Amino acid sequence: MKVVYTDVLVIGGGLAGLRMAIAAKRRGHDSVILSLVPVKRSHSKAAQGGMQASLGNVIKGQGDNEDVHFEDTVRGSDWGADQDVVRMFVNTAPKAVRELAAWGVPWSRVRKGDRQVVINSQQVTITERDEAHGLVAQRDFGGTKKWRTCYVADATGHAMLQAVSDQAIAASIPVHERTEALALIHEAGRCYGAVVRNLITGELTAYVAKATAIATGGAGRLYRVTTNAVICEGIGHAIALETGVAALGNMEAVQFHPTGIFPAGILVTEGCRGDGGLLKDVDGHRFMPDYEPEKKELASRDVVSRRMEEHIAKGKGVKSRFGEHIWLDITLLGEKHIKHNLREVFDICKYFLGVDPTKDMIPVRPAQHYTMGGVRTNHTGESRTLKGLFSAGEAACWDMHGFNRLGGNSVAETVVAGMIVGEFIADFCDKSENDVHIPTGVIKDFVQREQAKLSGILLGKGTEDASAIKARMQEIMTAKVGIFRKGSDLEQAVDELQKLLVRSRNIGLRSSAPGPNPELVTAYRTKMMLKLAMTVAYGALVRTESRGAHYREDFPRRNDAEWLKRTLATWKSESDTLPTLTYEALDIKRMELPPGWRGYGAKDYVDHPDTPGRQAEVDATKERVTDRFERQKALLEYEHLLPHRLRGKNERIDEPMAAAPMRRTA
Amino acid sequence: MTKTTDGGTVINVMPYQAAGAPASTTKSTTAPAGVRNGQMLRFNVMRFNPADPASVPHLQTYELEQTDGMTLFIALNEIREKLDPSLQFDFVCRAGICGSCAMVINGRPGLACRTLAKDVGPEITLAPLPVFELIGDLSVNTGKWMRAMSERLEAWCHIKQQEVDLTRLEERMDPDLAEQIFELDRCIECGCCVSACGTARMRSDFIGAVGINKIARFRLDPRDTRTDADYYEVIGDDSGVFGCMSLLGCHDVCPKDLPLQTQIAFIRRKMVAEGMK
Repeated sequence: MKVVYTDVLVIGGGLAGLRMAIAAKRRGHDSVILSLVPVKRSHSKAAQGGMQASLGNVIKGQGDNEDVHFEDTVRGSDWGADQDVVRMFVNTAPKAVRELAAWGVPWSRVRKGDRQVVINSQQVTITERDEAHGLVAQRDFGGTKKWRTCYVADATGHAMLQAVSDQAIAASIPVHERTEALALIHEAGRCYGAVVRNLITGELTAYVAKATAIATGGAGRLYRVTTNAVICEGIGHAIALETGVAALGNMEAVQFHPTGIFPAGILVTEGCRGDGGLLKDVDGHRFMPDYEPEKKELASRDVVSRRMEEHIAKGKGVKSRFGEHIWLDITLLGEKHIKHNLREVFDICKYFLGVDPTKDMIPVRPAQHYTMGGVRTNHTGESRTLKGLFSAGEAACWDMHGFNRLGGNSVAETVVAGMIVGEFIADFCDKSENDVHIPTGVIKDFVQREQAKLSGILLGKGTEDASAIKARMQEIMTAKVGIFRKGSDLEQAVDELQKLLVRSRNIGLRSSAPGPNPELVTAYRTKMMLKLAMTVAYGALVRTESRGAHYREDFPRRNDAEWLKRTLATWKSESDTLPTLTYEALDIKRMELPPGWRGYGAKDYVDHPDTPGRQAEVDATKERVTDRFERQKALLEYEHLLPHRLRGKNERIDEPMAAAPMRRTA
Repeated sequence: MTKTTDGGTVINVMPYQAAGAPASTTKSTTAPAGVRNGQMLRFNVMRFNPADPASVPHLQTYELEQTDGMTLFIALNEIREKLDPSLQFDFVCRAGICGSCAMVINGRPGLACRTLAKDVGPEITLAPLPVFELIGDLSVNTGKWMRAMSERLEAWCHIKQQEVDLTRLEERMDPDLAEQIFELDRCIECGCCVSACGTARMRSDFIGAVGINKIARFRLDPRDTRTDADYYEVIGDDSGVFGCMSLLGCHDVCPKDLPLQTQIAFIRRKMVAEGMK
């Protein structure tokens, strides 16, 4: 039996995983990163438009701060988010941008003086301040009051991933590329590492660690049409689920991005609309102002996606041989802007559509984009039920996105959570009570169990085709667990997924070639993905309300009285065909921003009985305390939750700091 | 391959230059093939599984029907799902941004995911990138090569102060300089440049255009504290910038249109100046 020992095992080599490993390494803990692919190919790379952080450097971002970012994020989440975590996040985001600025990310910078921009389809001249010249620039994004999205052209994730993975190399952190964790090793509520398959040789190795962190991104490939990379199959979610101990939170919360190119589903950034692009229908009519007079194209993604589908259902879609779509028009931004600031969009249109977006409109339709659900953790990033298991980024339900994530908050979460959770992992490893005392027999049992599963598929006489089962699952998810959901569809989806799950126990292979064996990979992943799909579909069936991205046609109102709670899914037994669902209530009495109207989307919702009382308290406090920091502290004290080195205010042009620097870190 | 007058066969050392269309300004692999929907495409795929002692390298042919918008990503997945589950290849983003799927397409290195079958068909020959370690069939270990290159060149930003005060305003940077750095930072480490490099075929220790471009990128960045003397240490020899023979296959095949030609010339000049000191 091959065993690798390390302090921290990070599963997933995207931004969140890399940043956690760097944090742990800097605190003296050895880390090993497992990655399906070379880390610079991770899906973090696909974040195009940018990262939200309330720097307030550009003139349209003036007045922005943590408070505004906080409110935007909570409204965006439709009050599903954990407000303590959102506070931790918004306070750390500016620090993360500044750290990355120091590490070499070529952030687009503010240029002083006049410039032409497109706002609400009008050419407008705005004047950037002299004192902002050379600082990190921000652009507009959906669901935000201020221009807050820091960017590197439209390849923000790419540039961030370059810098962070370069720093991981500088820190000599080993990355075991082309490896896949198949199961977590755990005993008596404590996680000890993972059983890992080498995707070149096919052999299994046990990795034993004090702390294990899942940072495997999203599960977009549960759906047929998704912007996600092909590696985003949710296997990190699945290995947590299969422990039967760790819980997944809010798996039914799935975001659809308004502008996947049609029909391939490849993303074109929200920056297209942030920079002034418009959505048009079959008549060339700009329809979003009809539905959303305030935010128009820049309402939150869940709202814009639903409005697009609603408009198509009214017969206003553009018909093509692949079905119907909407037009995204960015021609009004001009060739120079498109070729500079939206260069990836230009390339994607050219290569995949044969369209020149400086002259022609782009066919788009909403596509699965983001998995709000994930491994449920507390604010430290540690699972609430499986000690020693941590998670960060899209794989986690930390939970800063609730039922809908704002554009620019995901790539921000990767590095922010990486910084924060990485510190907590280091704290965890510092404590001698968390040393590993596990018999090798336990490790061997886990390895043998995985080997037996693989041999069962490889040598068994199964007759089911994994590719066909997977394709059917993706079809069901897209057709019945999509943007608009209803009870009858969801019941059918759950029913059919259960049948697929049973059939998947009888998967057989056509090929037994030694080495990685791609067919075997599809087989074992499909079995895991079906369980995950079930947590989404079943969670959606049971949640009889609409909240954020989860929209029930038969229950169109948000219902705080009954559903202001987080879904927790566990998988108790291998013979189960349904997850076990329990619920975790959100405490309104601790909310800095009690539930209300989001400022876009539906205006009617069912209030929770605690809401008016808390709202009155919040209003009174706001009346009484004028200093924004004091006021915030009076409403929701959170700073003690942050790791020491990440505390402290954030300097802005309009909020200069006089005193000598308090804390130093990088 | 071409026939010589005496009937022998000459194998081109740089096959991508002979095959396919001459590099256009956009450097795409388009050829005026004019494949119709419904027409049969023939994929001749180089097969070899190093993990299987019985496996010998050979070309295997698969036939698929051309459909609208069919990229090589779609085609290869269809082949694997329907015709041959053992076929190995790598895709991640399938959107031309991650660099996973570089392979030799009709003799020319390129990104398979954004190559339309109709542009390179009806006869399509696919082979793994040369130079890199073969994992199997069309899959090669570019990641291992790139990590080793990065470690050797110390290809990261050597930052001034280890301690940066994150509560303070970030350091300013000229907006144009930020754009210039980004222009070189766009490399996706796909390996096309290395596989099209004459020197890399002869010298296994050559750092390739990808490495030289990285040095150019960090050299431009005021946040990196290194000097030309430091860069000379890592690329001032024949395994570095002086190994380049200026064949510039790298520049022709770069899917991100990086200005490799000018960057290599520029860095070479700077390193010559440094060496003359």
